[in-house]
Amino acid sequence: MSLVEVKGVSKRFGGLTAVSDVDLTVNAGEVHCLIGPNGAGKSTLFKLIVGLYPPSQGSILFDTVDITKERPYARVQRGMSIKMQAPSVFKELPVRQNIQIALQERLSGAERIAEEDRLLTLLNLGPDSDKLAGALSHGQQQWLEIGMALALKPQLLLLDEPTAGMSPEETFKTGELIKSFNAEGMTVLVVEHDMAFVRQVAQRVTVLHLGKIFARGDLESILQDAKVAEIYLGKTHAH
Amino acid sequence: MFKLLEGPQTLGRGKIFWSCFLAVLAGALTYPLFADSYDVGNFAYFLIWIFMALGLCLMWGYGGMLSFGQTLFFGIAGYGYGVLAINMGGGTATIAALALSVVLAMVAAGILGYFMIWGGINGIFFGIVTLSATLVLAFFLGQTAGPEWHIGPARLNGFNGMKGMDPLAVGDFYIEGSALYYVMIALIVIVYLALRMLVNSGIGNVIVATRENPQRAEMLGYDVRKYQLLTFVIGSGLAGLSGALYTSWGQFITPSSIGLPAAAMPIVWVAFSGRSDLTATLVGSFLLLFGFQTITVYSQQAALVLMGALLLATVMLAPQGFVLGIGKLAADWWSGRRRRDDSPVMAEAGRLQSEES
Repeated sequence: MSLVEVKGVSKRFGGLTAVSDVDLTVNAGEVHCLIGPNGAGKSTLFKLIVGLYPPSQGSILFDTVDITKERPYARVQRGMSIKMQAPSVFKELPVRQNIQIALQERLSGAERIAEEDRLLTLLNLGPDSDKLAGALSHGQQQWLEIGMALALKPQLLLLDEPTAGMSPEETFKTGELIKSFNAEGMTVLVVEHDMAFVRQVAQRVTVLHLGKIFARGDLESILQDAKVAEIYLGKTHAH
Repeated sequence: MFKLLEGPQTLGRGKIFWSCFLAVLAGALTYPLFADSYDVGNFAYFLIWIFMALGLCLMWGYGGMLSFGQTLFFGIAGYGYGVLAINMGGGTATIAALALSVVLAMVAAGILGYFMIWGGINGIFFGIVTLSATLVLAFFLGQTAGPEWHIGPARLNGFNGMKGMDPLAVGDFYIEGSALYYVMIALIVIVYLALRMLVNSGIGNVIVATRENPQRAEMLGYDVRKYQLLTFVIGSGLAGLSGALYTSWGQFITPSSIGLPAAAMPIVWVAFSGRSDLTATLVGSFLLLFGFQTITVYSQQAALVLMGALLLATVMLAPQGFVLGIGKLAADWWSGRRRRDDSPVMAEAGRLQSEES
């Protein structure tokens, strides 16, 4: 059953068409990766799905409901949760308060404090919980933002390059974390450059190129697709 | 609920802070017993402005919205009180006039705020639009000298200002002098504690989150526009409370209490005090008003120059505010002293280390 359906969506910025007539389906319970070379339109498509850009054409459905004209907060209330490409945390507030703000609509009192502690421990941020979020390292801020996204206990977790700026160990750990949440039934849509990370987590992959769908399928078929290798690595490497 | 009186958004917690709070309150309550009635009346006058400062602190310091419109809502409620009190008659009706004029200011803030916030106006443009609206009202009221400008028997009277309204009263008892002073103290305590609870609540969390990163706050499922509008309406309503109390206190109001020099004053008070904390704003604004009034007796120009100099000094030397900075230094010193007292072994180790070096 599809959780997200993108139907014929295009996005134009003046004379530039960043996304052109894209159809994309994310099935409930899968980890779906959106890949493509720089300038393919991945982040634009991501922003169209989360509601930061209105599409020039087409529609977006979440759980069979048309959300094309809804603002991001309404989409989040329906069950989406979003982590943007650059760390986007409340830098002048303590780490724990960042998590608290994400949790307070869902939990209160002792339950909320217990969940704050659990998430901080899970993200290795327990010892830094009283620090200002802006004082954390880049990787830690990425973790904190992932924690804030997870705190909403979403149906669909949307991650735009979640491992940017992370060490290989942190990247691997992030992958394992995503897999563990997926095993509990969470659907995940990831925009990612790092192919090792894609190999670790993806069940289905969609390849974007020049704003259009270039290929789609399960991980193995995409990895063996010579045309995908060509657009990623150039003709010499592909043959 | 009272747990919200303390929290990450407000400076001051624990027995020592609340003991100091009670001591200051006790001092304020006993002040009229040994001060002459002129000084008590002057103190009541200073306290009128505190609501406007606290409202701006909420909007600017906590919500990140620099409003230049505090005197706009001050004027709406001030003139509103005058019109209502004259039309409704004196006595207890003045209490209703006070409440209705504050509601009037909040409704006006709701309408202006809706168009600004839903229209995506933020940052410096928020200040520009609110300042423009303020100047428009001041200019308009200055043009109302003719006899045709009246609402019932209440004449607006142009630059000469509106007069003839009764002060606050309950039946035949006028709330003036010491009585007004005690009403001010009660209102300030209520507003101060209520604002502490607001900013330390879940709503306060979203207000500061919106200040920090509105897009992230929206991505957590909050319609940040509603929280910004709520903050603007409450902050402007407090300016309205100041305006209605001012008109009631002096039984007059003029357009000059709305215009540019008046509109700049709350910015100076709050910036000097420390916009990100209610207590700093309360204390700092009172000190500035007291100093301003004292200097004004000798030279109003000198007082205005001093205000300008203080704003410059704040921007250059203590962008977070002087009173807040001093408060934080005192808190750090106190907590550092307590830590040293609590860990004698550490203190001893430190002493030995310094002796060795």
